[in-house]
Amino acid sequence: MSPVYRYFRNIGKGFWTILIGMRITMKHLFTPAVTIQYPDARMSIPERGRNRLYVNMDDCIGCNQCGMACPVDCISIETAKSLPTEDLGVTSTGQKKRLWVTKFDIDFAKCCYCGLCVPPCPTECIYMTDVYEFSEYDRSNLNYSFITLSPEEVTSKVEQAKAAEREAAAKKAAAAAAAAAQRAAQAQAPAAPAGQDQAPTSPVQQKPAEPPRPAPTGTPETKPSAPQTTPAPAPENPTPDKPDTQDKTNPKDSSD
Amino acid sequence: MHNFITYYIGTGFWGSLVSSILPLVYIMPYALVTMWLELKISAHMQDRLGPMRTGRWHGWAQPLADVTKLLQKEDIIPAAADKVLYLLAPALVFIGSYAAYAAIPFSPAYIGADINLGIFYIVAVSAIVVLGILMAGWSSNNKWSLLGAMRTAAQLVSYEIPSSLAILAVVMVVGSFNLNDVCSAQSGWFWNWFVFGKFPFLFITFIIYFIASLAETNRAPFDIPEAESELVAGYHTEYSGMRFAFFYLAEYANMFVVAAVAAVLFFGGWNSPFGAYLSGPVWGAFWLISKGMVLVFIQIWLRWTLPRFRVDQLMYLSWKILTPFALLNIFAVGLWVVLRG
Repeated sequence: MSPVYRYFRNIGKGFWTILIGMRITMKHLFTPAVTIQYPDARMSIPERGRNRLYVNMDDCIGCNQCGMACPVDCISIETAKSLPTEDLGVTSTGQKKRLWVTKFDIDFAKCCYCGLCVPPCPTECIYMTDVYEFSEYDRSNLNYSFITLSPEEVTSKVEQAKAAEREAAAKKAAAAAAAAAQRAAQAQAPAAPAGQDQAPTSPVQQKPAEPPRPAPTGTPETKPSAPQTTPAPAPENPTPDKPDTQDKTNPKDSSD
Repeated sequence: MHNFITYYIGTGFWGSLVSSILPLVYIMPYALVTMWLELKISAHMQDRLGPMRTGRWHGWAQPLADVTKLLQKEDIIPAAADKVLYLLAPALVFIGSYAAYAAIPFSPAYIGADINLGIFYIVAVSAIVVLGILMAGWSSNNKWSLLGAMRTAAQLVSYEIPSSLAILAVVMVVGSFNLNDVCSAQSGWFWNWFVFGKFPFLFITFIIYFIASLAETNRAPFDIPEAESELVAGYHTEYSGMRFAFFYLAEYANMFVVAAVAAVLFFGGWNSPFGAYLSGPVWGAFWLISKGMVLVFIQIWLRWTLPRFRVDQLMYLSWKILTPFALLNIFAVGLWVVLRG
């Protein structure tokens, strides 16, 4: 290729490629823009998009499995035992509700939108919505409370549960005392050992009542035992371990 | 009657004042419209929408908002700057592009200064822009500004040559430097325009002039003086507020100057494309401005099509391609004029 030929070929190529480029830009000038004018128009959210959580309290049984699955501890739940005379109804999945949920807070400032709380729920009452615009000027406003009880109801339910607990404990103590007295009467022994028996029995009886409220007790022993003590929490998956929940999410996601 | 203002008011102080301010009345709205057009055209060429909210209808008020913002901005003068030159530079740049409007025949009835050396005057006065840019770059005391100014000087001086040679070819055909005479020489239907005349020599002349004029406006693909990605903003890096707006305005004013000169030299200026139909003083202004705007659109189109030249490519294009071709072209056109009249 002689330099002269190359020189003219360069010029010709330059003009030709500029014309090609101009044709492309002119074509794009009349191509509809890809921009979506956000506040006026919105993109559709993906079917399994993870946005703001919602809790349907009608179905919540207060089992705290979502709270335990949460990697950032943004869900805090407190419950109070209902009286045997109270009927809390059943969930849409047919499970009987036995606990008053006195606190169900999700702090969306902490939430990492991982969705790990969704699969453990035995009644599928916690789920992702398609709401993604909920910014606030104050971070504390991001702490959402989902309970349906009023503050007065919450205090009354807590008091009532405590009273029932005390009553049950007293009853047990009285029964134990009566039993001890009977034993003492039968064995012709002094009544003093019966009083010593009474002291250890009362904390043992109180323990099962406390686990549904993990915050005040906070001991590592009571926490894992909480779902077992709650009535029929998860028939198909009673142990809410983290690996378990992950195993559960995968087939569910792929099946969707 | 080449200037209706001096014809009616007289060539005294008031007549001259009104006559010289009239182009400014045109430049301001033109610059705002072209700024908006550039925003929208560039956006749509990239499949975006560009401004859509300001002024409700497709962001038509965006340039107004920009200018208002620039007016409110603080006028910062760097502590180490050469203050006199720094303050003078934007004015000089704008004067350079504005002074060129004096010799542009907007219509048969309006030309600011109907001088015999009109096109020569425009070429000469445009060189003031180089001076202003060099002053801005030097006085800012900033390495980016200085580099940009040096590049500008190299670029503008190189491209003055092919553009002047291209203009000379037309001048040879017309036999006059007066832009009104150039327009009159192309009267009649559009096939009398010089782009189509003496084919293909004047068409090549037009291409050479257009490429060189792109370089003179410091716009892409010849925007190495203000290459954002390398030099921040080149010679106007340190400028803010109204002084920056002056550079901006000068750029847009300059775009129209080169487009109008190209329209006058090659596209019949104020002549109607349809002979005597739709011609007259007012139609003349309409035709010149439309032709200029079409060329401005092509400038914008090219800007958003092509990437920036490298400095050596820039020099190669000017000295090794445009200048030899312009010289040969002058020779060919001269031969044609001598042999065929």
